[in-house]
Amino acid sequence: MQIMRHKLMFRAIHLLIGMLIPLAVLIIWQIASSNGWVNAVLIPPPKDILDEFGRMLASGELLTNLRISSWRAALGFLLGGGLGLVAGLWVGFSLKAERLLDPSLQLLRTLPHLAVAPLFILWFGFGETSKIILIAKGAFFPLYVNTFLGVRSVDRNLFDVARVLEFTRWQTITKLILPAAMPSIFLGIRLSIAVSWLGLVVAEMMGSSSGLGYIINDARSFSLTSVIFVGIIVFAIVGKVTDSLVRLAESRLLRWRDSIGGEG
Amino acid sequence: MLNIERLNKTFAAPAGPIVALSNIRLQVEQGQFITFIGPSGCGKSTLLKIVAGIDTAYEGKVELNGKAITGPGVDKGFIFQEPRLFPWLNVEKNIAANLPLNNPQIRRQVDELIELVRLKGFEKAYPKELSGGMAQRVAIARALLRKPEILLLDEPFGALDAFTRAHLQEVLLDIWQNSKTTMLFVTHDLDEAVFLGEKVVIMNPRPGHIRNVIDIDLPYPRKRVGHSFQELRTRVLSEFEKVEQPPLVDQGAGI
Repeated sequence: MQIMRHKLMFRAIHLLIGMLIPLAVLIIWQIASSNGWVNAVLIPPPKDILDEFGRMLASGELLTNLRISSWRAALGFLLGGGLGLVAGLWVGFSLKAERLLDPSLQLLRTLPHLAVAPLFILWFGFGETSKIILIAKGAFFPLYVNTFLGVRSVDRNLFDVARVLEFTRWQTITKLILPAAMPSIFLGIRLSIAVSWLGLVVAEMMGSSSGLGYIINDARSFSLTSVIFVGIIVFAIVGKVTDSLVRLAESRLLRWRDSIGGEG
Repeated sequence: MLNIERLNKTFAAPAGPIVALSNIRLQVEQGQFITFIGPSGCGKSTLLKIVAGIDTAYEGKVELNGKAITGPGVDKGFIFQEPRLFPWLNVEKNIAANLPLNNPQIRRQVDELIELVRLKGFEKAYPKELSGGMAQRVAIARALLRKPEILLLDEPFGALDAFTRAHLQEVLLDIWQNSKTTMLFVTHDLDEAVFLGEKVVIMNPRPGHIRNVIDIDLPYPRKRVGHSFQELRTRVLSEFEKVEQPPLVDQGAGI
């Protein structure tokens, strides 16, 4: 009991320490803008942003567009990430597949979103398809690269063990290679999700009439800076929440890991 | 029964081929406990890997129960110097590995083995939570579950402290006396070789060959301090002193 309470207290203190800088920035920001030291149109005071947030929440505007954006990001992530996982496994398992596919994929990996977005819009129109494909293109590569690496970095010594224990080929894959690659795959998932949000913003800013990216882009044309800030903050929150969820799943599934405990 | 005749093994090296094993001849009866001792480069680990079927590039005859050894398998259990457990599986799942733990028969055997290697209470522990000695006992249980014809141990206790090592030697003798599995045990520790083996095979390097085989006619359980133990230890030691080079104690796993 005593120890539990101590742990909780330490956690609370850690959280407070982490909040110090953001809080200080907010206070200075509020003082600076309410005293007119900065241009309130370019940098609106936190109070205005909060009011705007409340207004957009109440009107349903925020949640409707967040739902649309989340849906796009999720679809794009599932499509791109799923293909990345499959390709990473395939290339990881097969030297032939590596020689055939990896050079081309590495070439495509370096293409920036902004460079290909106009092409995707021309090919697939302004509808959902072009957006989801753009997001999928981004989500593909982190999962591909990390799955590939994970499969290739399995401890060689354990393969000797698998041979001595007469693992079948299928057992070698499911009971040795996949579990050993799981930490890398999880890292890939986290990076892919982050890239999905990036792709989403690009896709929605390039041409869209809904979604968080559209709200930001639309607010820009009317110089509604507080709306832009609301959009940015929502992106930050959603990004952090999804990442925390994946990390929670990771810590549950990879409890066996001999980590140095730097994350606690 | 294990039968090795005219076994030769060469490694390709930049400076020309190296003879790792030269004209090895050895017969091991079912249920015997044989220890191998020698300096690094004498080929003792190589010999063990050939018997295990891990290394199949050799000349000569290596047969288990009249059949040539063509590859690794569960009939030839192998304990490496490191435990080599699957870090994502707990103790009981590591022992079962690719066998279904929900099969009642396997479940029962796993429980018995956990009892045998004295790991009761640690069934659900992950390898990172185990000491080196405990992890090596899991590896031994994992091999025993497959009911091997022969158990090959490649300096299994080399990385452990003296107390753990002495304890595991007794655990291993317990297991041997219960299961009557044939044991081939490679070590560079003279006391370990004499304490465990019914026969001690002394090997020398350049090229790796068997110098002598000494019978240890002491009843189990053995005492390390007795007069007869010391006498036999001295006999084995004197075999080494006949060779000036290289020194007795080797550094690590050898080739």
